[in-house]
Formats: sequence, structure tokens, C-alpha cells
Amino acid sequence: MESMSSSVDQATRRGAFSSRKVFILAAIGSAVGLGNIWRFPYVAYENGGGAFLIPYLVALLTAGIPFLLMDYAIGHKHRGSAPLSFARMRRGAEFLGWWQVGICFLIAVYYAAVIAWALRYMLFSLDEAWGDDPEGFFVTEFLETGEPGVSLEVVLGVLTPLVIVWVAVLVIMALGVEKGVGRLSLYFIPILIVAFAILVVRAVTLDGAMDGLDAFFSPNWEALTEPGVWAAAYGQIFFSLSIGFGIMITYSSYVDRRSDMPGAGLVVGFANSGFELLAGIGVFAALGFMAQASGVAVDEVVEGGIGLAFIVFPAMISQAPAGALIGVLFFGSLVIAGLTSLVSVIEVVISAVRDKFEMTRVGASMAVGVPAALMSLVLFSTTSGLHVLDIVDHFINQYGILLVAVVSMLVVAWAMRALPILADHLNRTGSLRLGKIWFALLAVVAPLALGYILVDALVADIKTPYGGFPDWMLAVFGWGGAVGVVVFGLVASLVRWRAGTPLQEPYEQIEEDAR
Amino acid sequence: MSIDAVILMLVAMAILWGGLVVAIVRLNRHDLPPLEEIHRDL
Repeated sequence: MESMSSSVDQATRRGAFSSRKVFILAAIGSAVGLGNIWRFPYVAYENGGGAFLIPYLVALLTAGIPFLLMDYAIGHKHRGSAPLSFARMRRGAEFLGWWQVGICFLIAVYYAAVIAWALRYMLFSLDEAWGDDPEGFFVTEFLETGEPGVSLEVVLGVLTPLVIVWVAVLVIMALGVEKGVGRLSLYFIPILIVAFAILVVRAVTLDGAMDGLDAFFSPNWEALTEPGVWAAAYGQIFFSLSIGFGIMITYSSYVDRRSDMPGAGLVVGFANSGFELLAGIGVFAALGFMAQASGVAVDEVVEGGIGLAFIVFPAMISQAPAGALIGVLFFGSLVIAGLTSLVSVIEVVISAVRDKFEMTRVGASMAVGVPAALMSLVLFSTTSGLHVLDIVDHFINQYGILLVAVVSMLVVAWAMRALPILADHLNRTGSLRLGKIWFALLAVVAPLALGYILVDALVADIKTPYGGFPDWMLAVFGWGGAVGVVVFGLVASLVRWRAGTPLQEPYEQIEEDAR
Repeated sequence: MSIDAVILMLVAMAILWGGLVVAIVRLNRHDLPPLEEIHRDL
């Protein structure tokens, strides 16, 4: 009984999801983000169209879901934030968790800015404020972007929505794991799915939609012989599943011990990919309409990322019947998908701070959220925001998320040889039996695939400075950020843990309590 | 749309959306061991 009360106390102190459903929706909310909507359709189109489905599925089953389950196992078994879970696995591995925390902090700082843009564009959609020049409007009128460099000239049109986004995030985070993060996902993920489904139905009924879908799904089988296409598939799966940088470790630490985590992982993995397919259909149907309305081929209007969302889609909205409805649904979907991902990223930091220091939920939310908000406002509500965001996003994805994922996978699989123990933990309650195939995928296949992408990106960035930006900007915001989070990880791991956080394995602690 | 594109669209829907449905059904049907059994394994 004492052991039971010990684990209940921990759950009360750290927070917990009230049910498996809330956890799954929160995990889906984290995985389904901006990349599902604006990255997947473009990546699939550029890498073989319909034929991309094959490497994409292979990547999902051989790297995405196995890695997701490793994150689940680490957090669920060790009942802690990323640094605490790694510290409980082996004291020296704690820095991996803090490295992930640093990455999450940086991502939150710029991710909020994109959500703020989408929030503003929801309103712009109502009267099509971009007129007949969406690109000029976005870059010059809305963001007031200047030459590459750093400016402190504030853009009020960005500052206001960014403040709103951060206030909303602070309130959600202060409400806690269940009432804040859990309820946000419980209510908003169904809304996101319904809103996006309506958008897709509207898009596929537009003239020219079938041309867009034809371009999207027509297979180029020869693409399957190119290593770059397979790398793109592994990259897409990896970046879209929110794996490898602490989110799933943190979320799974809030789940009841008696849960089918592998079963939940399959649901999250397929829900994430299912939403990407829905996004691909919606986006390419809309692009097909736009191409026909402009009298050009679909390949002339295809774009991904920020260009797709804030330049191509506004142009399409201007030409489509009921364009305002499409705009509100599209940008509203971006806001919801972005917000549920942003809170998951910030939760990694808050959870780690709470485990390490004696702080209340509200105190930790403010201690993390306020500096992040201020940094976000200073860097991204100015006329240089777009340039800085572009650089930070590129470098923290490649040399932050990807690098820490490869390193942590190798450390867990080869240095700690912890995969059999993690498999045992998941097998106790799981509906999917993990064994040697899972070990091989995590120890060999996934590190090789992700390592290839990492080296390929590194070679490209060394050969050609990213985006043509000045060297000093790349050094400060790019390489500086990527190296900075590693240094932060090492320093933070030297700080002592609060007295109430036992570093031994929680189950050992329970047994110890029982004795 | 070409026949190839239609087939691949249907295959993608069947695998990804069908996979999601199967995963949900599987999760709901899975019986968890009693709590005492989990404690015994610790």
C-alpha cells in the first residue's frame, strides 16, 4: 500500500493524463503540426508522387513507429521528464535529456511566430487583404521584411498576434497536464479533423481539383531507385512524428502504468500519417484548381512550407468561390495544429524544470514561458523575423533534433544496451510483442537512415551557405543555436536534483518503499 | 485522373486510414493484465 501511495504522490506532484484517450489525443496533437499540412504534400510530390507511398510506409514501419515506441518506453518506465528519465537509465546520460530540453525551448520560440502569422491570416482571409499580390503583401506589407540582418524595428501587425499566442500558451501551461494540455487536445483535435475534412471536401469539388490529385498521386516508379527519395521518406516520417526530442518521453511519463503503450503508438503513428494523406489531398486539389484558374500546369504552382501557406494559398483563396471559408478553415487548421504542437514542445521544458527544481506548476510555467515569450517577441516581431526564423528552423531541425535523435538512439541501443529492458517493460502490458526485429530496427536501420540524412545535410551546408545568408547570421543563429543547446545540455546536467526527486528507477523505489 | 493515380490514391487511403481503424480496434480489444500481475513482475 505504501508503494501505491508513493507512485500516486508522484503522479499528483508531476501531473498525469486522466485517461488513455487524452494521452493519445495529446500525442496526436503534438505529432500533427504545421509540417503535416505544408511539408508532406510537397515532399511526396517532389519524390515520386504516388510511388512515394512505398518508401513512406517502409519508413513509418521501420523507423517512425519503432522510435516512437522507444520514446514511450523510456518515459513510461522511468516516469520522468526527458532529463530525469535518461538520468534514471544512467546518470551520465542525463545531458541527452537537457539537450532535448534546449532544442524544445528554441523551437517554441520561433514556432509561436508562425502560429501568430496564421492567426493574422485567418482574419486577412475574410477580406482577402493581400489583394492581387500575395507574395508582396506577405513579405513587404505584413512582415515588413528588410535586408538580411538583425533589426529591432517592431512590426505591430506581428507583435499583437504573437502576444495573443503566448498569453494563450501561458494560460494552457499553467492549467497543468490534464486541464491544460489534455483538454486542449481533447477539444481541439476533433475540431481540427472536422475543419480540415470540410476544407478537403470543398477543395476536391473545385474545378481542376482532379488535375491536382492526378499530379499528386501519379507514380514515378523510377524515383524509387534514388537514395535521396528514401532519405526524404525517412526525414518526413521522423520530423512529423515528434520523436527523438523529448516530447513523447514526457507525455508517456504522464500515462497510467497499466496501459497498452505499443497499441497507443500504432494509433498515433497511423493517425499522424492518415492526417498527412488528408492534407495532401486537400492541398493538391486546391493547387489543381489554382493551376486551372491561372491557365498553367500544376507543377508551376506547387510549393511547400511558408511559401505554400502564406503565398500560394492566399492566391488560391482569391480565385476560389467561397474563398473566405477556405481561408478561415485552412489558417484555422494551421493555428490549431500549431498550438497543440507548441504546448507539447513547451511541456518538455516545464516538466524538466519541475522535476529538477522545487517549483509549482504555475511557477514553472511562468519561469519557462515568460523568457521564451520575451525572446520570441524580440526576435520574431521585428522586420528581421523572417530571416532569423528561416535560419533557426533549418539548423535546429538538422543539427538539433536529428543529431540528438541519432546520438540518443545509439547511446540507448549500444552504450547502455537498454533495448531488451525497454522491450520487457512494454511487453508487460502491450498488445504488440517487441523483440529482436525491434532491436535491429532501432540499433541499425533507423540510425543508418537518419545518419545518412544528417551527413547529407551537413555536406550541403558546408558546400553552400544555407539560404545565401551572411556568414555571421548563420554562425550566430544557425551553428550557434545548434552548438548552444549541446553546451546547455552539458551544463544543466551538472546542476543538482531537488531532494524530492529520487534518481533510482521508480519501480526499484516502489519495492524499496514496500520493504 | 489517370488509372495509376486513382489506384495509388485508393491504396494509400486503404493502408493509412484502414491502418488507423485497425489500430484503434486492436487497442480497444486488448485486455490488460490485472494490476497485481504487473506488480509481481516488478
